[in-house]
Amino acid sequence: MKFLVFIEQRDGKIRKASLEALSLASKLAGGSVAAVLPGSGVADLAGGLGKYGAGVVYVADQDILALYSAKGYVGALDAAATKESPDAVLIAATAMGKDMAPRLAARRDVSVLADVMDLRVENGRLVGSRPVYSGKARAEADCGNAALQVATTRPNVFPAEPREAGQARVEMLDLPKIAPRAKVVRVEASESKELDVSEADIIVSGGRGIKGPENWPMIRELQQALGAALGASRAVVDAGWIDHQHQVGQTGKVVSPTLYVACGISGAIQHLAGMGTSKVIVALNKDPEAPIFKVATYGIVGDIFQIVPEVAKAVRELKKE
Amino acid sequence: MNSFVAIAYVPDTETRIKIGADGKSIDEAEVKWIVSPYDEYALEEALRIKEAKGAGTVRVAAVGPERAKTGLRECLARGADDAVWINSGDGRYLDALATAKALAAAAREGSYDFLWFGQKGVGYDESLVGPMVAELLDLPHVGNVIKLEVGEGKITAHREIEGAHEVVESTLPVVLTAQKGLNEPRYASLKGIMGAKKKTIAEKKLAEMGIPEAGAAGVKLRWRKLELPPPRQPCKLIPADDPAAAAKELVRLLREEAKVI
Repeated sequence: MKFLVFIEQRDGKIRKASLEALSLASKLAGGSVAAVLPGSGVADLAGGLGKYGAGVVYVADQDILALYSAKGYVGALDAAATKESPDAVLIAATAMGKDMAPRLAARRDVSVLADVMDLRVENGRLVGSRPVYSGKARAEADCGNAALQVATTRPNVFPAEPREAGQARVEMLDLPKIAPRAKVVRVEASESKELDVSEADIIVSGGRGIKGPENWPMIRELQQALGAALGASRAVVDAGWIDHQHQVGQTGKVVSPTLYVACGISGAIQHLAGMGTSKVIVALNKDPEAPIFKVATYGIVGDIFQIVPEVAKAVRELKKE
Repeated sequence: MNSFVAIAYVPDTETRIKIGADGKSIDEAEVKWIVSPYDEYALEEALRIKEAKGAGTVRVAAVGPERAKTGLRECLARGADDAVWINSGDGRYLDALATAKALAAAAREGSYDFLWFGQKGVGYDESLVGPMVAELLDLPHVGNVIKLEVGEGKITAHREIEGAHEVVESTLPVVLTAQKGLNEPRYASLKGIMGAKKKTIAEKKLAEMGIPEAGAAGVKLRWRKLELPPPRQPCKLIPADDPAAAAKELVRLLREEAKVI
């Protein structure tokens, strides 16, 4: 089965989620696969994709592609798909990937097997498992009769597996000049340059149990000890205690970290929808009836103002060993 | 400044999901239905644009069975001018492409500067329909919009991405998908609710919108099975009489048992 994988780069750095999709495609194909990399001045990044399973990388290198536009990036992806004629296109379900996949799909008169957390091949057809109803159920789905199978992979679920392999072959795509009607004119990074929850392996989150924004330093102490990203429940975001970027939940970010530490979070359904697939969940809460304990792997019922600093201290001591 | 706002009528987020008899869909028996939360931000922004300009109409549209009309009526009560209900019949599943084609056909019947969608519907959680409609209508789109400035024949939108905002400029007409943070949706006033009864909900059949009768040929996404997520292991509770000891035990378990730190 032939795959084409979209490779996302920002500021000359390839997104880990794309390497995860590439490794997955290569594993499903049982060999090397094709990839496509749009950008400006990015051709040097292509060879290294060989380690993750790319045999050939179609590079679209134009000034206009320095910043994202759907027209530019989907155009490059479409051109590579025309050249390669894959059976399936894999795209990591990042903000950019989610912007691109539906446009490519509609252009090709197909739909998208979106945000899969599991993917296999049966008789040349992709079969994926995807969360639905805010993570309350899982649907196993395939692409029906679609001539081209397009799937997006949830970040941080599949491993990015480098192995011994040569450099990928680079093929430059010759694309026409374009004038996108919608284009990114600048990117405003969040002031603190913090690790985003959607990309983190470990997340420490605070909920209403922290009692007020003046207590974030206590949560941040544990965050720093663990090298984690900072998450938050909807309640504290709505109360204005922290920016929406940190919100985890149905109307916030959906995350799948290896470790999720919930401090003073009761675990409403909508919050669980955002973090319920975390590999290990730790619940720290004074209320033994809090629903979060139903999904937690480990829990401590008690005063978080005593427990959280002690956990931070214990982590620091462990890391010193 | 006319807006076309597509809404999805989905199970309430508090709903406990039960798998239906066919093993592929939910048991709808006790489900309470709501307008998908992200669509509320979309409708609100469309209403604000109309109010700011002092002119223009807001049409809401939904693809779905009979119950979708209730959702449309709620939007009319909040201030939308009229509605289109594309009747998908009872129990028929439409994939995102078919839904997008039906909505695109409805949108072609009017003249719009803005075509609004929620960034995802909290039923299937796919985030597909808005950008698909943009592609089908050959329009630019901006997804995940958290801030919008309307200029002369163009817009500047802030879109949420990982750890940053992209500032995007687009010509009009444009397709936009709304993200939380864009605005605070209004509640319907009593006056609005009464007034909504006199507003029109036009019914269209799927066939009129170019979507053929149900059949395997047109299926681009097929659900094989629907399951509840695998149950998690019961929680290991660490006694907390001594916070310092509890913390050390937790960290030990995370390293030695769970192997995550």
